[in-house]
Amino acid sequence: MAVYDHSYKNYAGPLTPDWSRFLVIPRHAFRDVFKSKLFTAFFALCFLPLLVEAILIYLHHNVNALAILRVNVRELIPIDASFFQTFVNLQGGFAFFVTLLVGPPLVSRDLRNNALPLYLCRPFSRAEYVAGKMSVVLILLSAMTWVPQLILFMFQAYLEGGSWLINNLWIASAILIASVVWILLLALLSQAISALVKWRVVASGALLGIFFIPSVFGEVVNQIFWTRWGSIISLGALTKNISAGLFGTFERTTGFATNMEGDVVSRVVMMEPPLWCSWAALFVVCAICLAILSAKVKAYEVVS
Amino acid sequence: MATAATFEQEINLHDPKNFAPVIDLNDLSVNFGKRQILKGLRGELRGRAIGLLGPNGAGKTTLIHTLLGFHAPSAGTAHIFGKDILTDAKQIRSLIGYMPERDSFIAKMSAVHFVRLMAELSGLPPEASLERAHEALFYVGLGEARYRSLDTYSLGMKQLAKLAQAIVHGPKLIFLDEPTNGLDPPARARMIRLIREIRDSGQANIVLSSHLLRDVEECCEEILILKDGYLAVYCNLEEERKSNRKFLVLETRGDDAKFVEAIAGLGCEYALTGDHRLKIVLTEGTEVRDLYRIAAEQNMQIRRLSYKRDSLEDIFLKAMENGNGSL
Repeated sequence: MAVYDHSYKNYAGPLTPDWSRFLVIPRHAFRDVFKSKLFTAFFALCFLPLLVEAILIYLHHNVNALAILRVNVRELIPIDASFFQTFVNLQGGFAFFVTLLVGPPLVSRDLRNNALPLYLCRPFSRAEYVAGKMSVVLILLSAMTWVPQLILFMFQAYLEGGSWLINNLWIASAILIASVVWILLLALLSQAISALVKWRVVASGALLGIFFIPSVFGEVVNQIFWTRWGSIISLGALTKNISAGLFGTFERTTGFATNMEGDVVSRVVMMEPPLWCSWAALFVVCAICLAILSAKVKAYEVVS
Repeated sequence: MATAATFEQEINLHDPKNFAPVIDLNDLSVNFGKRQILKGLRGELRGRAIGLLGPNGAGKTTLIHTLLGFHAPSAGTAHIFGKDILTDAKQIRSLIGYMPERDSFIAKMSAVHFVRLMAELSGLPPEASLERAHEALFYVGLGEARYRSLDTYSLGMKQLAKLAQAIVHGPKLIFLDEPTNGLDPPARARMIRLIREIRDSGQANIVLSSHLLRDVEECCEEILILKDGYLAVYCNLEEERKSNRKFLVLETRGDDAKFVEAIAGLGCEYALTGDHRLKIVLTEGTEVRDLYRIAAEQNMQIRRLSYKRDSLEDIFLKAMENGNGSL
């Protein structure tokens, strides 16, 4: 099919490995995503807390810098599990807004333009399609969550010494698992909603609603019934509990019931749902998302 | 890295030892819910260009989609180049190009970006994909418009872009679903020319689904007619026409009565269709020269003699009347 002779020719060159084909989707999607200067600026802004984190770690180990700033090392936040948990949660918040911008149009645009038959008539399965679309979100979010967090953890370990690394290796695993759980949930939810709703704005609104409406409803349940079990329907609370569990800061007792003025109205101790319930609820949410994707990501919808 | 040449060696169509039907239908049935769409299709399709015909709802598109693996057969199976659509779907799809009937695009992309993406999804490395995307767009005649966004394309240009994405990876079998839909006459002629060029290159087999008989007649050597999910007719157009070579239409001057009597004497069937016009079916062993001899003996003139060739429309209409699911 050379330009000069305008004839049809088969392709006889090398082919890329099967396992790597899904990565074609994020490669082309990133070109599109980073065309927007506004998004690029926002994405760069998301790295600001990491810079602050790096500076704090650096200051802890640089006596000269502390002297210049006239700061006592004890006045600084201690570098421990809570320190990393705070920044993991902060980056998680930014990750949510990045997902809100990137996730919703990924599948919906293809559905609106009947593009799925074009993907699926090639040696490219539905699973690879979903993996490709999800990896757009996963790669972006990884770049701003667990990857820099682990680099900063290693930076702290480098400055503190080998024994600190060995004693705190569990923090690294907590950073990795908490971040991966959160970004996986975001990726799955955004793709499932994108597959259900064909319009980007509506899909973004739905994603926002899925996080905030159950949270508000759950809090109402908590207040009315003097319980903490309302958190089981709040995705934010679920992931917060899981993160706290991983960083060793999870406590089932949360205090006493109070009225609007803050006065204690009941001595009944309210308990957060146990951690396994949070994990189970997240698994259910993920399973529903996968079921939606399985039902909607098809070359053609069959009307029986 | 696997190579495309591996498959070529495996299924070299020019080597008679490896020759397998392009598509082999083995009692293929497809149900949508309780409704049976394809009903036990059976046959071996071997043509370079196969026309898929049938009235609306006959199952043409469902057949293509099933062969592409979009729908699972409820019974039976099919083989493409000897590979089973149930077990070797991915391998089969690496050999296939598909041009869908409906508008199918990826939004906010230039044509070259779109075709390149499609090539990469077919397994071509990025550099080769870009090169072939440019070539494919030049080949279909969109070379000058290849950097324009697909959203700005006219219907005819979109059809050509769909063809470009179907051929960019150099498939060995191309499914074209209503490729001339909505095209004006020059655009249609261009599309038909491209399809014929691809067919004549010998590098790819084509399955052309269309409700326009003229398109199929101009491009295809073989036709498969579906009716109510059954395979009504599968035939080679040229052979079908050849089989009608004994069917003559005559225009004469003189006494028709004596002439037809003499012809009946030869055992030929005949029908008078008008004043001095008659249709004759020659028997085995009867030649055209016998007609001239009889005409001379009867003092008749044969002013015009032509072979009646069945048009595709004749074949199609016959299939619609008689098609009962058997070949």
